[in-house]
Amino acid sequence: MTFKRPDGRKSDEMRPITAKVGIIPNADGSAMFTFGKTVAIAAVYGPRMLHPQHMQDPKGAILRVNYDLLSFSVSDRKKPGPSRRSQEISKVTEWSLSPALDLKDFPNTVVDVQIYILQADASTRVAGINAASMALAQAGIPMKNLICSVSIGKMDKELVVDVDKDEEDFEDGEGATDIPIAKLANTDEYTLLQLDGKIQPHLIPQALALADKACAKIYEVQKKALKNVMGDEDK
Amino acid sequence: MKEFNDKNAEGYEEFGSEPQSRTIVVPGEVISSGEDFLPGEGARREGEDIVASRYGLAEKVGRVVKIIPFSGAFIPRRNNVVIGRVSDIVHSGWIIDIDYASNGFLPLMESPRFVNKGEMDQFLAIGDVVAAKVWNVTPKGIDLAMKGKGLGKLEGGFIFRVNPSRVPRIIGREGSMINLIKENTGCNITIGQNGWIWVKGSDLDSELKARKSIEFIAEKVLVSGLTEKVENWFKENK
Amino acid sequence: MSSMGLSGLTYHTLAKMFSEGKRFDGRKLLEQRDFTVEYNVSNKAEGSARVKMGKTEVVVGVKMDVGTPYPDSLDKGNLMVSGDLLPLASPRFESGPPKFNAIELPRLIDRMVRESHVIDLKKLVITEGEKVWTVMIDIYPINDDGALIDAASIGTIAALLQTHIPNLDENGRVDHESKSTKKLPLMENTIPLSFTFYKLGESLLVDPTREEEEACDGKIVWGLSNWKGKEHMIHSCQKGLEMSMTRQDIEQMMKHLPKLYDDTLKKLKKFLK
Repeated sequence: MTFKRPDGRKSDEMRPITAKVGIIPNADGSAMFTFGKTVAIAAVYGPRMLHPQHMQDPKGAILRVNYDLLSFSVSDRKKPGPSRRSQEISKVTEWSLSPALDLKDFPNTVVDVQIYILQADASTRVAGINAASMALAQAGIPMKNLICSVSIGKMDKELVVDVDKDEEDFEDGEGATDIPIAKLANTDEYTLLQLDGKIQPHLIPQALALADKACAKIYEVQKKALKNVMGDEDK
Repeated sequence: MKEFNDKNAEGYEEFGSEPQSRTIVVPGEVISSGEDFLPGEGARREGEDIVASRYGLAEKVGRVVKIIPFSGAFIPRRNNVVIGRVSDIVHSGWIIDIDYASNGFLPLMESPRFVNKGEMDQFLAIGDVVAAKVWNVTPKGIDLAMKGKGLGKLEGGFIFRVNPSRVPRIIGREGSMINLIKENTGCNITIGQNGWIWVKGSDLDSELKARKSIEFIAEKVLVSGLTEKVENWFKENK
Repeated sequence: MSSMGLSGLTYHTLAKMFSEGKRFDGRKLLEQRDFTVEYNVSNKAEGSARVKMGKTEVVVGVKMDVGTPYPDSLDKGNLMVSGDLLPLASPRFESGPPKFNAIELPRLIDRMVRESHVIDLKKLVITEGEKVWTVMIDIYPINDDGALIDAASIGTIAALLQTHIPNLDENGRVDHESKSTKKLPLMENTIPLSFTFYKLGESLLVDPTREEEEACDGKIVWGLSNWKGKEHMIHSCQKGLEMSMTRQDIEQMMKHLPKLYDDTLKKLKKFLK
């Protein structure tokens, strides 16, 4: 073991993860997901009316994702308003969720997914995807499966699961490589794959294998949160 | 999606018999394996398994496994009763907002008496509320009809919204729950499948009681013995 | 969730109910919902709070950074209040350039905070004329069930009371890593809060739910505090929407505002450490 993780985790250990569904009463579906100190909330509105008309698709609803950080979620305050980074993350998030959705029964409409990060400690987009997946389910959108997402890192030569901010900033040896991954639960279909850093090709399948194991655990947590949303209703 | 329950057509839906035959499932979850069952609404077959395609309660009705949603958007079907608000007047009819992704359209000829094109707003003006039936679902919009018992312009009383997936519960098996509410409050009540409900009583207090009792029911999705609980609620809230 | 427009039925029912002093949730017209305040919405903020008032939820965060003073106030730190009506919070909010309500909310909170002098901006100077602290307050509704301004004002003062001034490193830049023990200098015993009165027909009410708010024709927001613990002091006011307020309306508000403030302050004190 060459790399000691700053918080003492084992290389295949995630930070504590939590999930809660139904946190925003106005939304058709909503959820929160956390990786350690990273907190993401998501709300789904739709299928609902889509304007302007030229954006409508007669073959089914369009999926529209908006991801952003709240100003005070990061150490250096982020100015309000979408940044290039958040626009890119919005788009890859949309691509990570749409393979799971069956939108053909809702022509000319839109399903809006809003994702916000309340507190950022790296792995923000993957936390957002996990939250959005539960929110879409709660909104009753027909789905093949839930989407699970995690960041795999490489610190110098070692692969680790669930990158936190300290690890993101690691610079020794081969430095830090960040690989956000998302997949359709219980399948071999990856819907998000991004990479920044330095990694040898033979390590990619290993990274995917680590992601598979982590996603299986995330799936259980998402499933439990969805099944518990009615938990405290018998008053 | 296949429909195996004719009662859907009338806006009523059986909620299934024993609670034990219903479990909450998430999309992608295996509900049963083998050839014993067929996939109904909200479920699909994947190889050996029947798998959920929606989040909700998996229910086995005879040989069919279907998902009863307890959240999510209202999807209009022919013959659904809906309550909506007039949002615009065009030369051939009225545009009705039925709280759905596309608007409803009520043609001029659906008015119960002859209405001149120039007098359309005297019959139904923008902001008025109607109870109508879904006649046809098209990609352009929802065609509505308004001839029939309990349909038409709603006057007096008020409207409020519940989650559309709770409507079957509020109606109850063959209307038993809604009748209980009507008896206990003396109110006229029309329930739209789109989650909007109209209540009109002899006084404001009975109308408020009807609304509160309906909201009480709408919160309780998984509870069994609901009829008894509602009867108790009325006793406690005299 | 619905974005169906206001119906004539709802308007008339609410007008009738309000004229009889009734509301759907059983409250009196000038009664505010109970609320809770939690802290630590973000550990990256210098101070933050989450207010839940009925189903309305608003989060407020305070960040601080080093900046240059404005030319006309070289001896003072800076204050900036921003916010956005996140599309997350309501089917009525959309992405894109801010609509009027999104612009108005932070501005109203800004004036309430600024005019009450609750933040002692003179104590935020690092080097006079050159380097000062900037206090940046960001307000985000998470779920809109009415009275966003009032809930935001509770969240704002609660967050400010928790806010610590960050330490500076040896280069004079903000050091986010080290823990600070210096609290933001606030005026003693002064808690500014906003109250929005809405009007429907002849009835005045406070803290409407979204259903009630959408029916109202008139609105007026008051920012006031218990000024140095001595007396009620109004710091800001803005009348909104099209309907006029009569002299009688305003006199009625002046009669009820102090008690409304006192009741809210009493509830809020339970959450202040």
